[in-house]
Amino acid sequence: MGNVAEATPGQELQVAQRSGWRSLLAQTEIDPRLFGMVAALGIILVGFHVISGGTFLRPANMVTLGIQASGIAVIATGMVLVIVSRNIDLSVGSLVGIVAMVYAELMANWLTALGIGVDFPFRWAIALAIGIGVGAAFGALQGFIIAYIGVPSFVVTLGGLLSIRGLVWYLSEGAAVTGLDPTFELFGGGGSGSIGGTLTWAVGIVGSLAVVGLLFQNRRRRRQFGFPVRPMWAEVVLGVFACAAILGISAFMNQSFFAQRIADQINAQTGAPAGTPVSAGFPYPVMILVAVTLVMTWLATRRRFGRYVYAYGGNPDAASLAGINTRMTILKTYVIMGILCAISAAIAVGRLNVATLDIGQSYELYVIAAAVVGGTSFAGGIGTIPGAVLGAFVMQSLAYGLAYIGIDSPGQNVAAGVVLILAVALDAWTRRRGTRTTR
Amino acid sequence: MTTTAETSSPMGSVSAGPIVEMRNIRVSFGGVHAVDDVSIDLRPGEVVGLVGGNGAGKSTLMKVLSGAQRPDSGEIRINGEPVAIMNPRDAKKYGIETIYQTLALADNLDAPGNLFLGRELTTSIGQINDSAMEDQTRKVMGRLNPNFKAFKKPVVSLSGGQRQAVAIARAIYFNARILIMDEPTAALGPGETAQVRNLIKQLKAEGIAIFLVSHDIHDVFDLSERISVMYHGRIVDTVNKSDVTTDEVLGMIILGKAPGKLTEKDIADIKG
Repeated sequence: MGNVAEATPGQELQVAQRSGWRSLLAQTEIDPRLFGMVAALGIILVGFHVISGGTFLRPANMVTLGIQASGIAVIATGMVLVIVSRNIDLSVGSLVGIVAMVYAELMANWLTALGIGVDFPFRWAIALAIGIGVGAAFGALQGFIIAYIGVPSFVVTLGGLLSIRGLVWYLSEGAAVTGLDPTFELFGGGGSGSIGGTLTWAVGIVGSLAVVGLLFQNRRRRRQFGFPVRPMWAEVVLGVFACAAILGISAFMNQSFFAQRIADQINAQTGAPAGTPVSAGFPYPVMILVAVTLVMTWLATRRRFGRYVYAYGGNPDAASLAGINTRMTILKTYVIMGILCAISAAIAVGRLNVATLDIGQSYELYVIAAAVVGGTSFAGGIGTIPGAVLGAFVMQSLAYGLAYIGIDSPGQNVAAGVVLILAVALDAWTRRRGTRTTR
Repeated sequence: MTTTAETSSPMGSVSAGPIVEMRNIRVSFGGVHAVDDVSIDLRPGEVVGLVGGNGAGKSTLMKVLSGAQRPDSGEIRINGEPVAIMNPRDAKKYGIETIYQTLALADNLDAPGNLFLGRELTTSIGQINDSAMEDQTRKVMGRLNPNFKAFKKPVVSLSGGQRQAVAIARAIYFNARILIMDEPTAALGPGETAQVRNLIKQLKAEGIAIFLVSHDIHDVFDLSERISVMYHGRIVDTVNKSDVTTDEVLGMIILGKAPGKLTEKDIADIKG
C-alpha cells in the first residue's frame, strides 16, 4: 500500500501543471485524441443539420449513414493493426469484390449444384463461412509473401488489388450475379434488416451495464494492487456520460421505423392493428460493426497477438530480440484483414442485393483514410481501433452530409481529401506540442 | 545450426567449471569474417570484459550467445552441456539475458509492457494481465530506481537513465544466470553510470555471470576479472586483469598484438 502514498502525489503534481478543463479531462484519463474525434463528429453532424435547415439529423438519415460507414469501419479496424505494424493493405477493395462475388455465386448457383437447395437450413451461414474462408485464404497468401518471403507489403497488396479484381471478372464471367438468400440480405440493413425496438433497448441497457461493470472492475483491480485511481467524480462523470450516450443513441435509433409493409407483417404476428408503426432500431450492419469493434479492441489490447503488433510497430528489432515470432504476427494481421473484408463484403452485397463487378472498388482509399483520420500513424506503433471507427464515421458523415445538402461527388472528394490532410496535420501539431507537455 | 561435436573439450569441465563455453564460433557476412574461430568462456559470479575497436566482432559474438545471430559453425555449452540457441527465446530458456546497446525497447509501450515483452503475464483465460505486470514492474523498479514513477507512459518519453533502468529490469527480473551487457553505460550521465557499476558488482556477488562489452577501458578494468580482447573478428588474448596494464590492453585493442609481442615502439605509439 506504500505505493499509493508514493504515486498519488506525483500524479496530482502532473495534473496541477495543466489548467482548466484540460486538467479535468486529464483526470478522467480519456484519450484526448478520441475526445477530439467525438467532438469533430458532433460538429460535422450538427453543422449539416443547421445548413440543411434542421432536416439532416433525422433517424432515417442516420440509419443510412450508419450502414454506409459500417462497411468501411469494419475493415478499418483491421487496417489499424496493419498500419501499426508498419505495413499497408491496398487489396481490401478487391478482396471485398471477390468475396462478394463468391457469396453471390454460392447462393445463386454453386450451393444448389452441390445439393444445398434454397430450402436448406442455414444456407446463408454456409455461404458466409465459405466466404470468410476465402477472404482469410487470400489474406494468408498475401501475408505469407510479405512476412516470410519479404516482399514489401505495398507491392504485394498492389499486386493483389489488380489481380484479385481480375479474378472477380473471371468468377462472374463479366456479369453481375443476383439471387441472394433472403436472410443474407439482412446483413445489408435494408428492408427488415434492423434488430427492432425491443432488442435495441436491450442492447442499450446491456451496453450501459457493461460500461459501468468495466469501470467498477478496473477501479477495484487498481485498488487491489494499490495503484493510483481516478478521482471518484471522474468515474461517475465517465459512467454517466457513457450510459447517457449509449441509451440516447438507442432511443434515437428507435425513432426510425420499419417500412409499413414490413411493420404490418410484424403487427400481424404481435396482434397490433395494421398501420401501427414499428421501431426498427439499430440496423444489422451497425450491430456487426459494434461486435467487430469489440472483438478487435479485445484482440489489440488484451491478447498477446495485439501487444506484439504494437511492439513490432514501435521497434521491430526489439520485438524480435524479445523472442516474438514477428513473421507469424504479421501474417496474422493479413488473415484478419481477409476475414474483415469478407464481413464487409456481406454488408455490401446484402445491401445491394447483387454482386456487381465493381463492388468494393476504392474501399482501400476510404479505409486507409478512416484509419489515418482516426489517429493511426504511418511511422508505426500508434493507432487505436475505436479511433479508426470514429474516423470512418467522420469521413462518411462528411461525404453523406455534403451529398445531402446538394454538393456533387467531385466536391465531396475535394472535401474528403482536404479533411484527411487537415486531420493528420492537426494530429502532427498536437503530437509535437504534446511531447513537451503531456506525453 | 552446425554444432561440431568435439570429443574432448580442453577444459574438460562438468559442473564446477564455466557456465558458458563458446567454442570455435564463426560468423561471416558475405565473405567478411565478423567472428573468426573464437572461443571464450565465463564462470559463475565472474565478469569478463569483452573489448575491441569498432567492427572487432564483440557485438556479433554476443548476438550469437543471445540468439539474435546464428553462427555458421561452432558450439555453445551451458554448464558443460552442448545447447542449440536458434533464437532469443532459446537463449532466455537457458537463463541468458541481454541488455543491448540500443536497449531494444518498444518506444510506444509503457515500462511494464517492455519489461514483460514476449513473456506477458496472462490471466487464466489468456488475457494480458496489465495490473499484475504493473505490480511486478513497480517492485523491480523500486529496487533499481526508486524515483521511477512513469509506469503508464510510453518509454519514448522517459530519460536515458530511466530507459536504461527498464532494460536492466527486464534482464534481471527473470532470474538471469548469464547476463550480457553491451555498452551499458555509453548513453548515461556520471550518476547513472555509478548506479550501473554498483548494480554489476551486486549481480556478480549474487553469482550471476556477466559478459561486459565496452569501449570504456576503465569500466572494464574496474569491474571485470578477466578481459578478452577482440581484433578483426579474432580473440587476441584473454588475460587476467591483475596481469596486465591498461596500456597493454590498449595495445591489444589498437594493434591486435598480445602483451608479450608489443614492442617499445608500439607502446610509445599508443601513448602518443
